[in-house]
Amino acid sequence: MKNDSILLDHGSGGKMAHQLMHDLLLPLFRDPVLARLHDGALLETPQGRIAFSTDSFVVDPPFFPGGNIGDLAVNGTVNDLAMCGARPAFMSLGLILEEGLAIETLQCILISMAQALERSGTRLVTGDTKVVPRGTADKIFINTSGIGFVPPAAHISGDQARPGDCVILSGNMGDHGIAVLTQRQGLDFESDVISDTAPLHAMVQAILAAAPPVHVLRDPTRGGVATALNEIALQSGVGIEIDEHSLPVAPAVAGICEMLGLDPLHVANEGKLLCLVPEDHASNALAAIQRDPFGRAACIIGRVTGDHPGRVILSTRIGGRRIVDMLSGEQLPRIC
Amino acid sequence: MMVLDYACAFQDAGIAGHLVHRIAQAANNPIRIMEVCGTHTMALFRHGIRSLLPRTITMLSGPGCPVCVTEQTDIDRCIALARQKDVVVATFGDLMRVPGSTASLQMAKAAGADVRVVYSAMDAVNLARRQTGRIVAFLGIGFETTAPTVGGAILAAEQLDLPNFCVLSAHKTVPPALETLMAYPGTTIDGFLLPGHVSIISGVRAYRRWFGRCQIPSVVAGFEPIDLLQGILALVRQIQADAPALENAYGRAVTENGNTAAQEVLARVFEPVDARWRGMGTIANSGLAIRSAYARFDAARRFDLAVTPLPPTKGCICGDILTGVKTPRHCPLFGSTCTPATPVGPCMVSSEGTCAAYYSYHEQEGIRP
Ligand code: SF4
Repeated sequence: MKNDSILLDHGSGGKMAHQLMHDLLLPLFRDPVLARLHDGALLETPQGRIAFSTDSFVVDPPFFPGGNIGDLAVNGTVNDLAMCGARPAFMSLGLILEEGLAIETLQCILISMAQALERSGTRLVTGDTKVVPRGTADKIFINTSGIGFVPPAAHISGDQARPGDCVILSGNMGDHGIAVLTQRQGLDFESDVISDTAPLHAMVQAILAAAPPVHVLRDPTRGGVATALNEIALQSGVGIEIDEHSLPVAPAVAGICEMLGLDPLHVANEGKLLCLVPEDHASNALAAIQRDPFGRAACIIGRVTGDHPGRVILSTRIGGRRIVDMLSGEQLPRIC
Repeated sequence: MMVLDYACAFQDAGIAGHLVHRIAQAANNPIRIMEVCGTHTMALFRHGIRSLLPRTITMLSGPGCPVCVTEQTDIDRCIALARQKDVVVATFGDLMRVPGSTASLQMAKAAGADVRVVYSAMDAVNLARRQTGRIVAFLGIGFETTAPTVGGAILAAEQLDLPNFCVLSAHKTVPPALETLMAYPGTTIDGFLLPGHVSIISGVRAYRRWFGRCQIPSVVAGFEPIDLLQGILALVRQIQADAPALENAYGRAVTENGNTAAQEVLARVFEPVDARWRGMGTIANSGLAIRSAYARFDAARRFDLAVTPLPPTKGCICGDILTGVKTPRHCPLFGSTCTPATPVGPCMVSSEGTCAAYYSYHEQEGIRP
């Protein structure tokens, strides 16, 4: 069975997406910065280092408990920049609208965007709007790109994890994925799970101030915590051990995951970060995260080890061990 | 907080350690246990139970993943249905990537077919109510566990007088397959861990005839770590004492008679037919067809879904894996040509498939505490 077209799996952020990137994109666009495959590109300029990032948003439905495609699009790019240690400064906006979209709906989305921009201290400085005939796009798609400035002392990247580092997760897993999923047509779920979409730039600056040697920051969006940790383990050539007992999941999210056969480790987050920091700075970093309004439930979920490089291993509640893999295949299409 | 408390009680590390110790003490000789149910397979991996069991115990994964035991021709029929004009196919997500002879539902969808993932048969009924003018066909693949809910959906559609809802039934029942499995050449099974969910519906009595004939150690078990360990301990004891019994270690959910209301729905809407299982051939009375009284909800009657049977995919040994003759490690394609991203056989696709479980939990590396 040969496949010669793009499948939803290719957009999953999991294994197929990686394959597409390595087989099709990277050979054509050879650039050392691109090849690092960070959430954002770090660029040296005469004025210092800047971070540059882009992201597209196609979430279905565009309104979900806890947010909408507008604040999601702003927060997503703010967070991509923040994960490079950058302070977000400028943003662009590309709107693709389906003919027939209610102006009022668009206005709601734009108001949320304006509020999110203000919260993150980011300026929207350029933009573009296209309208396509009814049926050729679904309501609204948004692209945002952003530029941020990286403080000279910050050296944060996915390949910097070192044995002995503590792994901190800033709060409960899976809220965004489950909040969106429960809104899907045909899924009649009664639930009060709300998306965690939130800007994390302030949390990141607090971490940098409290624990300057922080090694890695990553927001576990599509593919969840499991995929993000696997990427870090691969890029840094280290092993990561996590403890099932300490993994934070809201009971409602755990219940829905159980029912649908999903692993919360694979479900998307939009307002959480993973922070890998040397052990002697871990308590400072953790305290800084917990002081942030979006990080109150933060905790240490595991450690980096020199063993089993490239692998993430989970100690289960009953004392067993198993490997935690990246998400393969699309779990929930159009989650962000 | 109910969810958490409940889970904690059955995931207690102290109790688990105690059970593991007793299992290790009891299992003096090599023992081969088959967990029949795909959910058990996944739970054994997910909770790290395989890493805790003594090396004398080999866990074999059985034919309890509905997608895996579905024949390639049946997948081809699903795809043929999706390609019909004005048809919306509603399916559980697991089926999307399963390779048929030349395509998968996912590829059919990429090529323009309208295929939607739903989480229950009732979701498909509701879809049909919204999609008047098009026919919503639900792909009924599953065991005794899902068949009553599909039957319920058909009854609901009848009540609503929905002309545009139908089901393609490839449902199967577990007990007839167990018997075939025992006689399957090359299988050595010392005991069966019987499926919890299926037994909640069918009750322990559904296994009585089979057990009477086969007299093999059998224990019905639940899905939490403590349930599984208790089930395994009970099996090991029976095997070592050479005292086969049909035991119910999931008493809080499984009764002798099962869920009779669900059984009634099942019997009302479906009738037993011979069915083909991947790897095991035709098993008498192991399938469920829609009764003629509900013919108008039967996609097999409404559409011409004749497909030419093509030879099964070369090199895939799913059939031998489903019967416990081989493990994924014996498959030359495992992990190289065949991965969850590029599945060759259904066992690599389904979240309950044995090959997928071995792959995502890297069983070949033999992680131990
Ligand atoms: S690894 Fe792939 S090809 Fe081999 S038996 Fe499993 S599904 Fe079939």
